[in-house]
Amino acid sequence: MKFSERWLRTLVNPPLSTRELADAVTMSGVEVEGIEPVAPPFDRVVVGEVLKVERHPDADRLTVCQVNAGGPPLTIVCGAPNVGSGIRVPVALPGASLPGMSIKVAKVRGVESHGMLCSAKELGLAADAAGLLILAPEARPGSDVRALLELDDQVLTLKPTPNRGDCLSLLGIAREVSAVTGAPLTPLESRTTRVTLTDRLSVALEAPQACPRYCGRLVKGVSATAATPEWMARRLARGGIRAVSALVDITNYVMLELGQPLHAFDAAKLEGGIRVRYAQAGEKLTLLNGETPPLTPAFLVIADEAKAVALAGIMGGLDTAVSDATRDVFLESAFFDPQAISGKTRLLNFESDSSYRFERGVDFAGTLAALERATQLVLEICGGSAGPVTEARAMLPSREPVRLRLARAERLLGTRLDGTQVSEILRRLRFEFSAAEGEFRVTPPSYRFDLAIEEDLVEELARIHGYDRIPATLPAAPATMLPAPEARRDIATVRGLLAARDYQEIVSYSFVDAAWESDLAGNAAPVALANPIASHLSVMRSTLAGGLVHCLAHNLARKQVRVRLFEVGRCFATEASGQYRQPVRIGGLAYGDARHEQWGLKGRPVDFYDVKSDVEALLATRPAELRPAQHPALHPGKSASILVGGMTAGWIGELHPRWQRKYDLPLPPVLFELDFDAIGERGLPAYNETSRFPPVRRDIAAEVEEGVSYQAILEGLRREQPAIVAEIGLFDIYRGTGVEKGKKSLAFRVLLQDTRKTLTDAEVESAISQLRRILQQQFNAKLR
Amino acid sequence: MQDVEAIVKEALAAFAGIDDADRLEQAKARYLGRSGALTQLLKGLSKLPAAERPAFGSRINVAKERLEAALEEQRDRIRARQLEARLTGESLDVTLPGRGPATGGIHPVTRTMERIETLFRSMGFEVADGPEIETDYYNFTALNQPENHPARSMHDTFYLADGGHLLRTHTSPIQIRYLESHVPPVKIIAPGRVYRVDSDATHSPMFHQVEAVWVDERITFADLKGVLIEFLRRFFERDDLKVRFRPSFFPFTEPSAEIDMSFGNDWLEIAGAGMVHPNVLRNVGIDSEKYQGFAFGLGPDRLTMLRYGVNDLRLFYENDLRFLKQFN
Repeated sequence: MKFSERWLRTLVNPPLSTRELADAVTMSGVEVEGIEPVAPPFDRVVVGEVLKVERHPDADRLTVCQVNAGGPPLTIVCGAPNVGSGIRVPVALPGASLPGMSIKVAKVRGVESHGMLCSAKELGLAADAAGLLILAPEARPGSDVRALLELDDQVLTLKPTPNRGDCLSLLGIAREVSAVTGAPLTPLESRTTRVTLTDRLSVALEAPQACPRYCGRLVKGVSATAATPEWMARRLARGGIRAVSALVDITNYVMLELGQPLHAFDAAKLEGGIRVRYAQAGEKLTLLNGETPPLTPAFLVIADEAKAVALAGIMGGLDTAVSDATRDVFLESAFFDPQAISGKTRLLNFESDSSYRFERGVDFAGTLAALERATQLVLEICGGSAGPVTEARAMLPSREPVRLRLARAERLLGTRLDGTQVSEILRRLRFEFSAAEGEFRVTPPSYRFDLAIEEDLVEELARIHGYDRIPATLPAAPATMLPAPEARRDIATVRGLLAARDYQEIVSYSFVDAAWESDLAGNAAPVALANPIASHLSVMRSTLAGGLVHCLAHNLARKQVRVRLFEVGRCFATEASGQYRQPVRIGGLAYGDARHEQWGLKGRPVDFYDVKSDVEALLATRPAELRPAQHPALHPGKSASILVGGMTAGWIGELHPRWQRKYDLPLPPVLFELDFDAIGERGLPAYNETSRFPPVRRDIAAEVEEGVSYQAILEGLRREQPAIVAEIGLFDIYRGTGVEKGKKSLAFRVLLQDTRKTLTDAEVESAISQLRRILQQQFNAKLR
Repeated sequence: MQDVEAIVKEALAAFAGIDDADRLEQAKARYLGRSGALTQLLKGLSKLPAAERPAFGSRINVAKERLEAALEEQRDRIRARQLEARLTGESLDVTLPGRGPATGGIHPVTRTMERIETLFRSMGFEVADGPEIETDYYNFTALNQPENHPARSMHDTFYLADGGHLLRTHTSPIQIRYLESHVPPVKIIAPGRVYRVDSDATHSPMFHQVEAVWVDERITFADLKGVLIEFLRRFFERDDLKVRFRPSFFPFTEPSAEIDMSFGNDWLEIAGAGMVHPNVLRNVGIDSEKYQGFAFGLGPDRLTMLRYGVNDLRLFYENDLRFLKQFN
């Protein structure tokens, strides 16, 4: 909502500067978003009457003018194409300073020029100008141009919140300023139109809930081509509304002034009386903006006996619009229920000044006054004769008194306002109220649609009293402690651990390219968005892998050679029931060398086992079991599912060469993903007695087939291991000379211990033989 | 026969001039060995008259002890010199970089979210979480925004193709879900990702929000001011931070406020807040005559930008490592 400050000050004029006024309004809840001067500073620019124009003796394009600028005629050289005798234009006198230049008496091609005739551009009023700014013929020579054009003015831009439809007019803003500052409101002039015709159109309210009040009248014999007066054009321009024609400008002006959207029909195009009804399905109506929206019975229309002529409260129809040829107009001023209008513009995909106001609530008590105001202006500007008002009324919105308890206000706000203060605030707001024993009964005015309950009134009190006058206090609460579940891992610890292990956290969009989903998750039916911001962000991710691989590529393109990333976030999948599963996942990616390049350490590419150790660190205290498993994103021989406590908790592996090629990665990254819920439990530490006797170590080397997994051997040994075996660990794998092709030699470290005594050689040997036997019998191992 | 004193004098001089362990032992043999000078004197003892023997023997023994002591001292000296020489040869360039794994880091917005959580936990707020795919009910209706309410256009909502769900436009649905299953006092913050159809230098289609709710019997608007100001001063670690509360409108709070802060110059919008609307309390089955409280929503992205001087919101979601690593 933009408007001229000068206009506002004609309605209410508090003794405040522009800035102070803007701050006061902002702090009352209607944010002033911008303050723009109408014109840049300049001075000594007056109205000049061009008396005589002669060609410059030495320049074809220049003229030498005699100008009456209030004193003796001035000789001024001019280069504008539209100069002519008799016109009135701005003259910058010698000594004037204009935006970017100052004016002196100077010779122009040998002729002395005593000033400059100005265009709108030279005064900083327009970005471009074709010639001199022509002023009104009645402008008095020598008078100040700033005063004439009311240039000492600011355009204020207000951003009323959606509940404050009443602030979408000058009148409403003036009321607000009056309430906030206490300055009196200048009453608007209201005159009753002299009715000179008897012609009228009938009005039938066929949807009385949606349109409970409709006022209309004919004005005949108007001059549609009359010029819009300058003062009106100026206020409209400063209100951000383009001038169209006098009739349209008048309806816009009254809307800006009073907040009541109006419409002017060309009466000659109407057939019979007015009907306010719902549209018929498929009914055709071409609007002023040229669109022909598909109408349904959800839309309210204004119709005549034959057809729809306007989309009620939103936009008029093209066929019945006023034009230069219009002689007779039918003026409409109506109240449409916010419910009937709201949501409709979203279906249409456009908004109008009218729908914007009706959606937020228009004063239903002001319908007739706005029509009278518009009629006055039409008669004054376009002439013609007015007919009587046809008014149709149904049940208007009710305004029931709302209870306001002082005690309740104090309890909500944490500060006390007494009865006198509250009465004063309500009076300034012009609310009707009665008071009794700590309780008020307040009837909201017809222009306020946001005052239904006690809390709404408490807010009114607080904002007029001033939020900044409410103290800031810290509440007292019982000194309870928050739970700190030790057996659950928290996500911050997980993040910290990955960061400590050289992973950088990223945050990527939850919506991704559908191709990432099908490539990296084999997901042909991802959760799709109806209105994605871009086609490559159209589906919800079911895995973090897409974002990680994309981020890798993004950083490789920026000359990074070693990239280690992780992300924590929700992933999305549809369940059979139609519900959505939205687990929090932890995903990681490692690419490039295992360690950053450094002295004394030979570089080697990161591999599966490096990343596996990171995953193991994450799961610490709960052993992870990896099982070979296929995953659409991963190399089939280098991928595994991660099981925790027997339940699948995630996956790990090297990116499939196919995707490595497709995503243009010089090396294959290793990725993992874990479900936070599945790894959240970590248990509490449990004490086991430590032995006071030294452990005995024996090593066993076993040559087995390549296909035999370490895990299988370990499980085989553990199943039948003697009680004194405390630990079995792998310390070397050897392939090559001395080991049969297709086989590998695994070197195990075995620690033996008894908590109650020192082991004898015989006990140790017996245990080791037992393990060797298992290796031979179950895994066909050749032992050394 | 050589005089004892002369031998001692000669031996001491000889020992002192030696800086090699082996040669020292050879010198020792010359005086104290089987055929050493002192040993020879001792052997000649029997040739002396019996009366002189004890005194002479004792002189020789004293001399031997002196030499042994001198030897030990010289050995220590040699060892110390050798150690010194070895240590000199072994010295490192301590300025070489350390070896081993590097460290990564967390995202700057996460860093802010963790700080926010820490600060609010210290005031007794619990952290709650909720789904990002939401229903219309939790995102709007329960928060007092019925369909077609003009306030809905304040949120440009992402809808799912299924027609029934949406991506939450704020973390306020968590407030509803939590209040549905807990009786007051309720004191939570709800951090998380939110989504709106908007994308430019100051808007990202995905960003973060932290919602806070405190509902009890007498939590007031003045308390809301106190808690928010306390938080902002602790977060920015500045007591001179200016904070102002302006009346505003949110369907789910009444009275509502917009919060601006300033380091001295311009006012910057930093949060939206208000007293929980009675309709919201009613929607979750809480008696609004008995209970009341405040709610506010903070923008961690904005807070991160202000805290670290980041000038473009989009940097947070481009994930350029050169940017991210500045926060480690």
